[in-house]
Amino acid sequence: MLYALLCYHDEDVVCAWSKDQDAAVMAKLAVIQERLAKQGRLGPVARLLPTTAATTLRKEDPPLVLDGPYAETKEQLLGFYIVDCANLDEALEVARELGEANPGGSYEIRPVGTFRPGGTLA
Amino acid sequence: MSDAAWIDAALTSARPQAVGALLRYFRDLDAAEEAFQNACLRALKSWPQNGPPRDPAAWLIMVGRNAGIDAVRRVRREQPLPEADDAISDLDDAESALAERLDGSHYRDDILRLLFICCHKELPATQQIALALRVVSGLTVKQIARAFLVSEAAMEQRITRAKSRIAQADVPFETPGAVERSERLTAVAAMIYLIFNEGYSASGETAELRQPLSEEAIRLARLLLRLFPSEPEIMGLTALLLLQHARSAARFDAEGLPILLEDQDRTLWNQPLIAEGLALIDKAMRHRRSGPYQIQAAVAALHARAARPEDTDWTQIDLLYGALEVVQPSPVVTLNRAVAVSKVRGAQAALDLIAPLETRLSNYFYFFGVRGALLMQLGRNDEARTAFDRAIALAHSSAEAAHIRMQLDRLMRDSATAQTRSGR
Repeated sequence: MLYALLCYHDEDVVCAWSKDQDAAVMAKLAVIQERLAKQGRLGPVARLLPTTAATTLRKEDPPLVLDGPYAETKEQLLGFYIVDCANLDEALEVARELGEANPGGSYEIRPVGTFRPGGTLA
Repeated sequence: MSDAAWIDAALTSARPQAVGALLRYFRDLDAAEEAFQNACLRALKSWPQNGPPRDPAAWLIMVGRNAGIDAVRRVRREQPLPEADDAISDLDDAESALAERLDGSHYRDDILRLLFICCHKELPATQQIALALRVVSGLTVKQIARAFLVSEAAMEQRITRAKSRIAQADVPFETPGAVERSERLTAVAAMIYLIFNEGYSASGETAELRQPLSEEAIRLARLLLRLFPSEPEIMGLTALLLLQHARSAARFDAEGLPILLEDQDRTLWNQPLIAEGLALIDKAMRHRRSGPYQIQAAVAALHARAARPEDTDWTQIDLLYGALEVVQPSPVVTLNRAVAVSKVRGAQAALDLIAPLETRLSNYFYFFGVRGALLMQLGRNDEARTAFDRAIALAHSSAEAAHIRMQLDRLMRDSATAQTRSGR
C-alpha cells in the first residue's frame, strides 16, 4: 500500500537552521531515501517552498484567492514523501527513521487512495 | 542534528516574538533582553531533559516574564529569589492557555514594534542595522563586529549608544492604528533592505564575512511577510532580496573581483531562491498595488528569467524603470534606466537621458562608469577615457575601481571588434 508521509515542522525553526545544519539534515535524509529507492519503495519526494510563497483558492462562489497557506498553524506542511509500505507499522518505521535524521515537528501518515504518478517532468 | 543545534535554532526563531512580548511587558529593552536571556538559560537546562515545549516562544515568554519580575523584586526588596523550579513548576498547564492568547492577538504588533524601534529616525543607518541584528536577530556583538569589520569594543559601544538613544525616546506601546502600522511597516522594510545591502554590496574577501547579513535580511523579510501575508510591497521586498541573493555564487571570480551580470555563469544561480522570488512577484502583481520594491523585484525577475544575457527583455526593464522614476524619482533610478535604454534605443538616447543628471551625480562613481561605457559605444574614446578616469578617482573601494577597469577593458575589446566588423 502507498502511504503519504506529510512533513510538518515549525517553519520559523527550519528557516533559522544554518546552511550547514540544513545540508547535514538533507544529507542524512538522502541516505534513507536512497535505500528506499533501491528497494523500489520510494515514490515522489517534495520539499515545498516557504508558506509565504503559498496562495490558497477557496472554492466559494466565486472562488476566493487568498495569500498564504490554507491554515495558520504552529507547524506547517513543508514537504511530503510517497512510500510503499506493507502496513502502518512499516510506514511508522520509515517515519521514525526520517524523524531521527530530521528532529522536531511531525509526520502525518496518510494512506494514499488514488495515485497517478504523472509523466516525467522536464 | 544534535539537541544543542536544534535548541539553538528554536531559540533563534522564537527570539523576535519572545523579546517583542517581553518588551511590551517590561517597556524597557534591556529588561526584555535580560529576561529573554534568563529564559534561554533555563531552556538549555530544561529542554534536553524534558523535551522541547510544544510552543517554544510561549514557554520563553512565560519563563522570561517570571525571571524579569523576580529581577524587579530582587532590586526592590533585596530578598532572595524563590527557587527557580518552583516558579516554573506549573508551566505546562499555563503554557497551552498562554499559547492560545498569543496566537491571535498581540504578537504581530510585538514583532513589528521591536523591529520598528530599531529604525528610530534619530539613529543613523549603521546603528539601526547593528541594533536590529543584536536585538531582533540575536547575533552576538562579536558576529556583528566581524560583519562590519570593526572591533568588538567599537561595536559594543555603537549598540550601547543606540540603545540609550532609544531609551530616551518615546517608544509607542499602544496598539497601532492602520495608518501607523503601515508607516512602521515601510520603515522596517527599508531597514531590512539596508541590512541586505550591507551583505550584498560587499566584495572581495569581505564578501564571505558579510554574506550572513544578506541571509539574515531574508529571514527577517520572510518573517515580516508571514506577519503581513497580503502586503504586496513586503512580497516585493522579499522577492527582491531572494532574486538578488540567488546570484551570489556567480557574482565574484576566484580573486574576489565582481563579475558583470552579463558575464556571470547563470548555472550557478540558485534556482529554489529564484523560484521563491518569482512566486512572490506573481502573488504581488495580483494585488494591482504597485510599489518600489515590486518594481525592482520585477526587474530582477526579468534578469532571472533570461537563460542567456541576450534573452533579457530590456524593453520591459526600460518600462519598469520608467515606472520606478514616477513612484520614486531619483537620479540613480534614471541612471539605471539609461542602461536599459542603451540596449533598446542605443547609446545616444541613453546619453541624452543622463546628461541632465551630471550636477546631481558629480560625485557618483557609477554615473561616470555608465557614461564612459556609453561614450565608448559611440566611439568617442577620448571622452570615454576621461569619464572612466573620473569614475576610478571616485571609487570607494578597490573592487569598484577594478569593476570600472574591467568595463574599460571589455569596451576596448568590443570597440576593436566593432571596428573590425565595420571595416569589413
